[in-house]
Amino acid sequence: MEFQFTEKELAFRAELEAFIKSALPPDWQERARSWPGGYGAMEYDSEQDRQDAEIFKQKMVDEGWFTVSWPKEYGGRGLSNMEQAIYFERTSYYRAPSLNIATAIMGPTILQIGTEENKEDWVPGIARGEIEMWLGYSEPDAGSDLASIRTTAVREGDEYVLNGQKIWSSLAHASNYGWVIARTDPDGHRHRSVSILVVDNNTPGVAIRPLINIIGVHSFNEVFFDNVRVPARNLIGQENMGFYYLMTALDFERLIVNIGAFKHGLEMLCDYVKQTERGGKPLGKDPHVRRKLAEIAARVEIAYLFYWRTATLLDRGKIPSVESSALKLVTTELSRMLANASMEILGPYSLLMDPTQGAPMNGMAPRGYLDCISATIGAGTSEIQRNIIATRGLGLPSK
Amino acid sequence: MDLDLTKEQGFIKSSAREFLKKECPVSTVREMRDDPEGFSRDVWKKMAVLGWQGIMIPEEYDGMGGDFLDLALILEAMGEVCCNGPFFSTVALGATAIINLGTEEQKKELLPQISKGNLILSLAVAEPQQWYGLDDIQTTLTDTGQDLVLNGAKLFVENAHISDYILCVAQGPGKGLSVVMVDPRSPGVQSSPLSTFAYEKQCNATFKNVLIPRANILGTMGEMREDLEGLLEFAALAKCLETVGVLQAAFEQSVEYAKSRKQFGRAIGSFQAIQHHCANMVVDVDGARFISYQAAWRVARGLPASAEISMAKAWTGEAAKRVTALSHQIHGAISFCDEFDLHFYYRKAKACEAAFGDVQYHLDKTADRLGLV
Ligand SMILES: Cc1cc2nc3c(=O)[nH]c(=O)nc-3n(C[C@H](O)[C@H](O)[C@H](O)COP(=O)(O)OP(=O)(O)OC[C@H]3O[C@@H](n4cnc5c(N)ncnc54)[C@H](O)[C@@H]3O)c2cc1C
Repeated sequence: MEFQFTEKELAFRAELEAFIKSALPPDWQERARSWPGGYGAMEYDSEQDRQDAEIFKQKMVDEGWFTVSWPKEYGGRGLSNMEQAIYFERTSYYRAPSLNIATAIMGPTILQIGTEENKEDWVPGIARGEIEMWLGYSEPDAGSDLASIRTTAVREGDEYVLNGQKIWSSLAHASNYGWVIARTDPDGHRHRSVSILVVDNNTPGVAIRPLINIIGVHSFNEVFFDNVRVPARNLIGQENMGFYYLMTALDFERLIVNIGAFKHGLEMLCDYVKQTERGGKPLGKDPHVRRKLAEIAARVEIAYLFYWRTATLLDRGKIPSVESSALKLVTTELSRMLANASMEILGPYSLLMDPTQGAPMNGMAPRGYLDCISATIGAGTSEIQRNIIATRGLGLPSK
Repeated sequence: MDLDLTKEQGFIKSSAREFLKKECPVSTVREMRDDPEGFSRDVWKKMAVLGWQGIMIPEEYDGMGGDFLDLALILEAMGEVCCNGPFFSTVALGATAIINLGTEEQKKELLPQISKGNLILSLAVAEPQQWYGLDDIQTTLTDTGQDLVLNGAKLFVENAHISDYILCVAQGPGKGLSVVMVDPRSPGVQSSPLSTFAYEKQCNATFKNVLIPRANILGTMGEMREDLEGLLEFAALAKCLETVGVLQAAFEQSVEYAKSRKQFGRAIGSFQAIQHHCANMVVDVDGARFISYQAAWRVARGLPASAEISMAKAWTGEAAKRVTALSHQIHGAISFCDEFDLHFYYRKAKACEAAFGDVQYHLDKTADRLGLV
């Protein structure tokens, strides 16, 4: 047991930090609006933000920061998962625009379970940041219960013909490929009849319709497939095994918790408290405020430890499963705690949304209070995470 | 003891619900959020026909002569549809202030107009440097002997932009507080809506050397602190009742959804996790309702109610956060969609909590009353 970074990890962290600071626009912190754990502000507010994010990503790719733990032959640095975790921690701490679903989820999943052809086709492009994917899991009647999806893919020669509808597809409008689960065997067992296909957004028959979220942001979409022809080569792994791959992909997804953003959020709130007086007294002397922040500080610490544990497991060659559910549960509840505390501490001023009208903390608190709702729902609800911990983890009966 | 509504109260509540469901469903609230005035004058007129604006106004001034419980039931029904608009500021704040503090002349002139729905009012208390309550009011009223002059800046003045009078709390003349009725068209008055969380039209209002006619003083100049404290408590309680409505509706919708939404081949309401969420909501909603009704009953009877009001506001605000968050949780991703109405409840519950003293503020007051100073 060793609760500190190695020399090598420290050096990596310092180098990374220097890179992030030099590569981000100087005013990025004032513009960043994403809430730790939230899925609602993934898309940028302005064209300028979008362009800056693109520039930052390109710099990351060029300087080899993008896929730290991937093998060198696939465009990575061949470093440890702990270093990869440090990377996600630091980039999320600086609220750097680094969240790329394809590098975080599809890349590692394909490396784990994909065929050689899959790896050749997708991994290098993902590593270069050229391939951005959206997750096509949920359907109107299949949310928590993904085995009940109705989208079908019928094999015709060397193509699949895809029909159906997806919903809540985050960033589908801003990606070029969908990572779609579809039923490939209409008569098969619920869990052994589903496959994963990569679908080019530009294929005829794909229609993407925006959904506006409660923050007023276009972050997710409905996607319709009408006789969409997908090359059979785009099948990931083996046919009908998709549900099992999906579990792996979800475990990776639940590791992407923007851990550093929690620490940043706490610091932001502490700064506000330090700079604010209420009734002629510093807010930091208010016992309620002090305890609230102290409680959150402890929770942030615990969340970090859950986080480092998953990296430890990966470096031991295991895929965190129950552990990533626990991490997700801890962090998403923390997202809510932090949002609640921010609103409480800002009191009546928490209702102001617009920084130009005097909203404290750039209006982050009310946005966060809205965004934190998504945290305990997206990537599997808290109830489902608890079910996983209880059944998969503790062996409690599921019926 | 009888914790049930009387027949008349039951009638007020059900007819208010029916009216609002028809005239002001959440879809209308959605339309109103983009409307610069922020409400529908048509609905406002219809409310007046039903006598809502005059619910607490004595019959001699053309009102319905009801009590606070009657108003409470209307506010609860409004909460159920998240109805924004000038009802709260005009009736719960403005009319109450005039009934309690106005001279006979002011009452004769203003109350019948309020009853008819011809007058929109707002109350200006909070200021940019201020927390809750009445400490640290920097807006000043000065008496030059000849003129009364108002100067200052106010925050969170709901509906200042469409008000016929802004009832403004000011320091002075001298050490005490005063309340003046400001005609927003007077030279030196400016107001504009703020972008706020629950889409109600909270405004900034500034007063620069505004001349106030002496006839526009409410109550006794420079001696209004105690009366204003009473008015703010009353407002806090009114917000509790509105919150109860918000929670009731969010709760009912969630239970309905839990019964109909199917995952894993069964209604999600058959999962114990969801059942526990619903059960927790029942305790919160009913608890919030009882504690608020009790305080409202005391107000209606003219009994001291400060302690009960603070407990109601603190408890209700905390329950509101839990209930609305659980509603979203039960609904899953659809609740994160702007098109779906649930976020109006989430927003409204939060705005109600933050108005007239939040949970911490009223917990502190309650602790003070326990002798913990
Ligand atoms: C902001 C956001 C972004 C998203 N992005 C994507 C995306 O990019 N791609 C994608 O495919 N999906 C995405 N999702 C969808 C997300 O994965 C689903 O919302 C989630 O899995 C829940 O499904 P549902 O919304 O249909 O809720 P339901 O499954 O209908 O659940 C409703 C309620 O029932 C509960 N429940 C269901 N089953 C059980 C059970 N067995 N035991 C106990 N309780 C249960 C749930 O916990 C929840 O409280 C996104 C969601 C959000 C909010």
